[in-house]
Amino acid sequence: MFDHGQPSYAEVNKDVLSTMLETGRGYWILLGSTMSVAGICFFMPWIYQLFVGIGAAGMNRNSVWGTYISNFIFWIGLSHSGTLLSAVLHITNSQWRKSIYRSAEAMTLFSLMTAALFVMVHVGRVWFVHWTFPIPNQMGLWPNFRSPLMFDVMAITTYLTASSIFIYMGSVPDFAAVRDASTGLRRRLYTIFSFGWRGTAKEWHTLGWAYTFFAVFVIPLAVSVHSIVSWDFALSIVPGLHHTIFAPYFVCGAIYSGTAGIVTVMYCLRKFLNFERYIGQEHLNNLGKLLITLSLIWSYINMLELFSTWYGGTSFELEATRFRLTGFYAPLYWEMILFCAFVPLLMLSRKIRLSWNKMLVISILINIGMLTERFIIVATSLPRKFLPDAFGFYFPNWIEISITIGSFGIFATLFLIFIKWVPAVSIYEVKETLNPLRRNG
Amino acid sequence: MNTLVDRFRALRRPGYFEEFDYHWTMTIDLDRCTGCEACVVACQAENNLPIVGEERYAINREIKWIRIERYWEGDYPDVRMRFIPMLCQQCDDAPCETVCPVFATYHNQDGLNTQIYNRCIGTRSCAIYCPYEVRYFNWFTYTWDEPLEQQLNPDVSVREKGVMEKCTFCIQRIRIAKDNAKDDDQRRVRDGEVVPACVQTCPTEAMVFGDSNDPESAVSKMMQNERGYKVLEDLNTTPSIVYLTKAHS
Repeated sequence: MFDHGQPSYAEVNKDVLSTMLETGRGYWILLGSTMSVAGICFFMPWIYQLFVGIGAAGMNRNSVWGTYISNFIFWIGLSHSGTLLSAVLHITNSQWRKSIYRSAEAMTLFSLMTAALFVMVHVGRVWFVHWTFPIPNQMGLWPNFRSPLMFDVMAITTYLTASSIFIYMGSVPDFAAVRDASTGLRRRLYTIFSFGWRGTAKEWHTLGWAYTFFAVFVIPLAVSVHSIVSWDFALSIVPGLHHTIFAPYFVCGAIYSGTAGIVTVMYCLRKFLNFERYIGQEHLNNLGKLLITLSLIWSYINMLELFSTWYGGTSFELEATRFRLTGFYAPLYWEMILFCAFVPLLMLSRKIRLSWNKMLVISILINIGMLTERFIIVATSLPRKFLPDAFGFYFPNWIEISITIGSFGIFATLFLIFIKWVPAVSIYEVKETLNPLRRNG
Repeated sequence: MNTLVDRFRALRRPGYFEEFDYHWTMTIDLDRCTGCEACVVACQAENNLPIVGEERYAINREIKWIRIERYWEGDYPDVRMRFIPMLCQQCDDAPCETVCPVFATYHNQDGLNTQIYNRCIGTRSCAIYCPYEVRYFNWFTYTWDEPLEQQLNPDVSVREKGVMEKCTFCIQRIRIAKDNAKDDDQRRVRDGEVVPACVQTCPTEAMVFGDSNDPESAVSKMMQNERGYKVLEDLNTTPSIVYLTKAHS
């Protein structure tokens, strides 16, 4: 099934573990630069904003939500594919999942963390953000469980916990492999990480059972998280946001951008960690097919949104849609349609699906489109609600743009740290796909 | 199964918000309103509203709990301008209340939509959910130059950065009136004993304030006027402010 001939079991161990045990100069340079981007572009403006007040960002009275919220949705969306895809493919017993799921799940984890950071950046008094948790206190104060924001807090913390357990559980045999291949402090550390894994039949059985249980558990959770994020908008009565289609729209968009993100990450892993033997064209082909399906669903829901606005025919909704389609942000809207509805159709050609470079470009374009989609939702609806005298306008200022760029630095930093601590390709599951008769090479 | 459903049904109290102690209500007669903005200034003085300055005003960051909206009608030369004072409508079914994750905004026993500054964490979702755009956010911590800080109202807290604020119907005045009435043999607040700063200031007496649970109050009688309407009533927010439309339109 692999491009460059089948590796032996020992080679799999060596190939994957070498990415952790051998660190070149390029890695340190890369890590240093992503950390600087995170520090300079994200944390420094944020600290400034903490001292001055949210007024440091470009929001105003009509649009009190801005790029912080749109980025929050984007990162939550990006998190959606990893764990969900991994769990669905595990249950349907797809062999091609096995070499890509570990990094896909890591993507989930780190984009969720980045998204959670955006909540912190967004709120006016972040030092009181723990009030959104139901912590018993002597004042008898309790969070408001009717609030969609409260649903959000619950959904995201649950999803973060479940995904962390899911990825950790799947990595235990690999931690044991690291333990066996290393010495000194690292060996002692991974002894703890691997819970003393020995590889007995009973342990394998328990792991398989627990893993499948969690896979089933995670799927409805992943669908619910982005539905709930969409309710932040859909439960308001703001024209342009108050649509029942929003929950499936957001879920579909999330899986869409997440799958495109996986393609991008796959490309980088393959390129920089020399995983050519494990991440092959079969994966690319399958992900491509998935992307086409998702793009068609996404386009359909977009058309449906326009249709229900037209069919509903209230003046507020029509005005919101008119502004979105022909107003100041119209170029962004049509860019989004081009990148997310039309460009992916190129993947109908098998030749394009099998080309790494073309797929990289398409996957990045899709995510640019999805980033603007979230921005458009926020920037075109909120400043223009009901009373025309109060209509306003929103454009992000340099602090918001810098924090947006910095968030990619945070994500990349976390990912780079991850590949040195956890095998980025699942060692034991790749072995399962090999032909046992040729396992000695 | 049925009994369980019935037991939960018994807990449901549809229209609970109609059974308030008082139901503070305001009517605004647009026929009398001249758009002089005296109410805006009075509110500023009473409620310690910060003066944000020209630059921040220009980028839409002003804090005015009551504002005069202007609408132009017709084309030149037959242009007419109309005013409508817009302030928090103290909705009985307020969208802003359901969305606050920490109950910083809630409905009190007087039918008022209150805002607790100390509890607010600044998610700003209430401002998104409000269809009237009458919630104002403290983008910065504002200060008053000397000696202006001497004229701050001691009954009203000064808000810090990151907190949402809005019209309270001058709740500090309502509290004092209720306290006095309670000390005076536990009686109810009489009509006209308490008015917000904007109503007190209005030179043409376009605004009337009172308790609509009392059928004899001036505001209850004004509400009977056939010119009355509520802004964006279709959204089912059940506002507490009744506007009286211009008679000769």
